[in-house]
Amino acid sequence: MFAFTAMAMLMTPQVAAQEQPVEPYKVDPANAGATPFAGEGMARAFGGQDGIRRIVDHFVTANFADRRIGEIFTNQDQVRLRRVLFEQFCYILNAGCTYTGRDMRTAHKDMGVQQGDMNRLVENLQAAMAAEHVPFAAQNRFLAKLAPMRRDVVER
Amino acid sequence: MTAPLRIRIAATAGVLCIATSAGAQQLAEPGKLLLTNGIGSIEGAAGGGLTPWAVIAGNATRDGIGVQASATVAEFKDYDFQVAGISVGAWDRVELSYARQRFDTNWVGGALGLGNDYKFDQDIWGAKVKLAGDLVYGSEWMPAIAAGLQYKKSLDAPIVRAVGAQQSEGADLYVSATKLFLRWSLLANVTLRATKANQNGLLGFGGDKRDARTVHPEGSLAYQVSRRFAVGGEFRSKPDNLGIAREDDWFDAFAAYALNRNLTATVAYADLGSVATVKDQRGVLFQLQGSF
Repeated sequence: MFAFTAMAMLMTPQVAAQEQPVEPYKVDPANAGATPFAGEGMARAFGGQDGIRRIVDHFVTANFADRRIGEIFTNQDQVRLRRVLFEQFCYILNAGCTYTGRDMRTAHKDMGVQQGDMNRLVENLQAAMAAEHVPFAAQNRFLAKLAPMRRDVVER
Repeated sequence: MTAPLRIRIAATAGVLCIATSAGAQQLAEPGKLLLTNGIGSIEGAAGGGLTPWAVIAGNATRDGIGVQASATVAEFKDYDFQVAGISVGAWDRVELSYARQRFDTNWVGGALGLGNDYKFDQDIWGAKVKLAGDLVYGSEWMPAIAAGLQYKKSLDAPIVRAVGAQQSEGADLYVSATKLFLRWSLLANVTLRATKANQNGLLGFGGDKRDARTVHPEGSLAYQVSRRFAVGGEFRSKPDNLGIAREDDWFDAFAAYALNRNLTATVAYADLGSVATVKDQRGVLFQLQGSF
């Protein structure tokens, strides 16, 4: 039992993550693709890190289950996605995180995302934010940070 | 409202309702975000109520073709006004539209010697191309920009000429820039229209005071209250070509609600100013728009 616990503790970063390896990349918060908000207002509107985590979980679950865009996610690393998406949202919302994921172009390369898929993604995010009672104006302020990322997400 | 048009509007609305209930279950493709295809403007193009926007009709994105249809009924102090419009939007790039307008003069027709309830009718064929930018995505400060043409033909040629119009048909040319500023939940549109239409063409084109196109600004501002609900106002400046009938700029305040992906209801309060010699034409406009 002790051995098991010790092993689990040793392995914690990897076990907790259980992520698939990705091609090496340079870690840089700028990879988040947007500059963070100033002040604490947005972090508060999103319920802090706890609220953001629930929104990301809701959002990721909805995307994987979505009958239109679910198949885009089928082969994606869900564990990693939940972590980096949480980091990205938390970082942009200035809720006390840094972003360690890849840049948007690399992360969405060859996923074949179409404009309609991106719109569905936005709708799923809106539903997740609404479920956390994020005021609509704050939802849109956050979407304003994400909207310019389209060129790196949607395939021409 | 005469029987044929009323039936047509009722039939359009009926078809839309049936198609909506079927569509909701069978083809719930995401397409455009709610309200981002605008409503049907009075001239058939997708946009606000009074002015075209740099958006393409229908629910399709750059990967498809969509359709939008609208029925509009308005009651002013002394006039009634109806529009039935349909438009096709392809690849979020090109839009072709048709609208039939009917303007019922009620008692004013009699006073003008046209007979009570005289109706001015007009066909409007429209084409619009989105040239650059995007309403929602891309650079925060880069609007969608579109250019369009509206060919209008009065169905009352002898009357509009008698009123003083130089032609009974004509074309408006316009450029629109439209952006949803997400940071403020605010949609802004500016349109510049080159036109010589009198009362948007219902009273013909050109007149004794001027018979050349002039450029007129139009604008819309809308606040997005929720995904489904937006409120706003519009403004449309117009030429004043006819000596016998002063023409004023138009204003409205509107509320639009997306009942679902396929059906949007709009109610507006509009001020048309002076129309065909009678002042202070204010009234309520209601529109049902279906899009696929």
